[in-house]
Amino acid sequence: MYRYDEFDARMVRERVAEFSGQVARRLAGELSEDEFKPLRLMNGLYLQLHAYMLRVAIPYGTLSSRQMRRLADIARRYDRGYGHFTTRQNIQFNWPKLVDVPAILDALAEVEMHAIQTSGNCIRNVTADHFAGAAADEVEDPRILSEIIRQWSTFHPEFSFLPRKFKIAVTGSPQDRAAIRVHDIGIACIRNAAGEAGYQVFAGGGQGRTPMLAHCVGDFVSRDDILAFLEAVMRVYNEEGRRDNMYKARIKILVHQLGADEMRRRVEAEFAEIKVQGALHLPHAEYQRILSYFAPPPFADLPAVSATEDAARARDGAFAAFVAQNIFPHKVPGYASVSISLKPIGGIPGDADAAQMDAVAEIAARYSFDEIRVTHEQNLVLPHVRRDDLYAVWQALSAAGLATANIGLVTDIIACPGLDYCDLANARSISIAQDISTRFADDASQRDLGELKIKISGCINACGHHHVGHIGILGVDKKGVEHYQISLGGSAAEDASLGEIVGPAVTADSVADAIETIVDVYRAHRTGGERLLDTYRRVGAQPFKERLHAAHQH
Amino acid sequence: MPPISISTRAPGAFEDVADDAPLPVAGAVIVSARRLAAERDGVFARNDAVGVVLQSHESPMQLPPEDLQRLSLVVLMFPKFRDGRGFSWARMLRTRLGFRGEIRARGHFLRDQIFFMARCGIDSLEGDHRITAEAVSAALATFTHVYQPAADGRRSVVLARHG
Repeated sequence: MYRYDEFDARMVRERVAEFSGQVARRLAGELSEDEFKPLRLMNGLYLQLHAYMLRVAIPYGTLSSRQMRRLADIARRYDRGYGHFTTRQNIQFNWPKLVDVPAILDALAEVEMHAIQTSGNCIRNVTADHFAGAAADEVEDPRILSEIIRQWSTFHPEFSFLPRKFKIAVTGSPQDRAAIRVHDIGIACIRNAAGEAGYQVFAGGGQGRTPMLAHCVGDFVSRDDILAFLEAVMRVYNEEGRRDNMYKARIKILVHQLGADEMRRRVEAEFAEIKVQGALHLPHAEYQRILSYFAPPPFADLPAVSATEDAARARDGAFAAFVAQNIFPHKVPGYASVSISLKPIGGIPGDADAAQMDAVAEIAARYSFDEIRVTHEQNLVLPHVRRDDLYAVWQALSAAGLATANIGLVTDIIACPGLDYCDLANARSISIAQDISTRFADDASQRDLGELKIKISGCINACGHHHVGHIGILGVDKKGVEHYQISLGGSAAEDASLGEIVGPAVTADSVADAIETIVDVYRAHRTGGERLLDTYRRVGAQPFKERLHAAHQH
Repeated sequence: MPPISISTRAPGAFEDVADDAPLPVAGAVIVSARRLAAERDGVFARNDAVGVVLQSHESPMQLPPEDLQRLSLVVLMFPKFRDGRGFSWARMLRTRLGFRGEIRARGHFLRDQIFFMARCGIDSLEGDHRITAEAVSAALATFTHVYQPAADGRRSVVLARHG
């Protein structure tokens, strides 16, 4: 894991001091709420329906046990005993008091954490593949570049007052688990024909009310030029992005209006100018310095197959089901990555209480080289577990209520906080997720349906990623009554696509029925090992639309 | 209130001249980009320093290079503190266009932005009553180190690490 040096530590301390001063000026009336708002947002502090919400950065989703314990402490001391892991690999506390926020930031700084740029019209916390450093298909550990980008983008003097927020994601594998095509900038680590390391850069993706997939603007950017290239994209956007209408201010609109070719031309022209200056050249020594922090932990030399695990699977069906669903192959023989579902049946997606956070910290310290990851699907991962230890890990997770064996299944639902917390929402999301989860609770039936990604947003801002759900659910307000539009065919993976609306919007109490109708159509049409997404892509929307119309005409 | 310096350069004394007002007989003036383009020869013939005001949508790249060479001051307007284009304009004036005159920020901005303004190459400020000398000196001391190169010549943390 990356560790702060004296520079990083001082930077975070000075930011806490600056923010404490901003809070004091607000309380003294020297700053209007209109002026304070962007300043507090740039430090992750929102004002929601009932209270302030503090969003803490978890850069590229990587946490140590010590950091997780500190999050548990904060949940206990300053919140109501729980936290909410988000689709951007961060954690949100829903009930902090404004006066406590400087103390929370101090507590975070002690464990090398912060809330810097987790909101606001600036470059946000960088996200990456949650299996980074563990996945067998990895070209390069994406956390190295992510950390380089984190530092370059922190307090960037030119790009802290952009037209709108700006999100960057990095994948180190051809299998895209970081959803790069729906980010403002998406980066894939690649190798060219000569075997040299470089990056493919996409720009202009995003969700919200105008979902778009990013276009490639750089086929192969060499490692030492990557920051200069990113600065070029940012400058074109800062100069030309729309500022007259916040709904048209994201870079995706600029790329769409200019056209991908023209955007590429402008970025290349800007890139050429920046390269002339030379100051943004990334030194090899700095890449190596950061790389050294992400060196593999001291893995043991183990056989690929674990007799202990096999024996446990044979005698314990529940454990076998967990292994079948929640284990991801590791690049080192004898190890596995374990996904911890934060989607218990009927629970709130992404929530964990303080005791659970402590339990995860304990298990990670003992069995996963002290490392934890947060996924953009609102789950956790223990990246490096010996297969010999899987049974013990599963037992410990079971004791903490964290052994739900549903990763990637119909009940592994992404949902935004929705109308239960958020002042932008039109409708509740959490209760819809809970209804669907309860309806499809049966293990055998879930497994029979296979990979099925349901994503729920409580408004058009799409924080719940509904556009890229195999089944997407969007809450809308119709004359004061919550309704839900259902779409099919979205994907955030390397086969990225945007879903299309099928059928009329339904009321909250009919959503689970509608999902069941969709699943029935899938079961009737699927062939071979098709997922619902594959069947939909093959047969089209029509059979689904027909059944939905028939079932939900009133 | 006179402009407050945020660099080693002392702010110059200039008179703002509206587009429909005659140029004064003597003294340094600030004119709009439109007037400069329309009355270039007359404006520069006065033998006094000339400054130009750029609105936030006006890129300094639009100024003819020969004009830029003769300008002593570029005033960048910040109509609303959320409009961050001025940061890019300042940066380009310094690092791309090689502008060596004074760059001044004018309009609505917060002390929380002054550190960034200095980094982007801005020399002086004309803000509201809260932009005082005390606020400026506190703002400039916000961060000891910087993570990235900009227009102020400060060594980034990356370079400091690898000396």
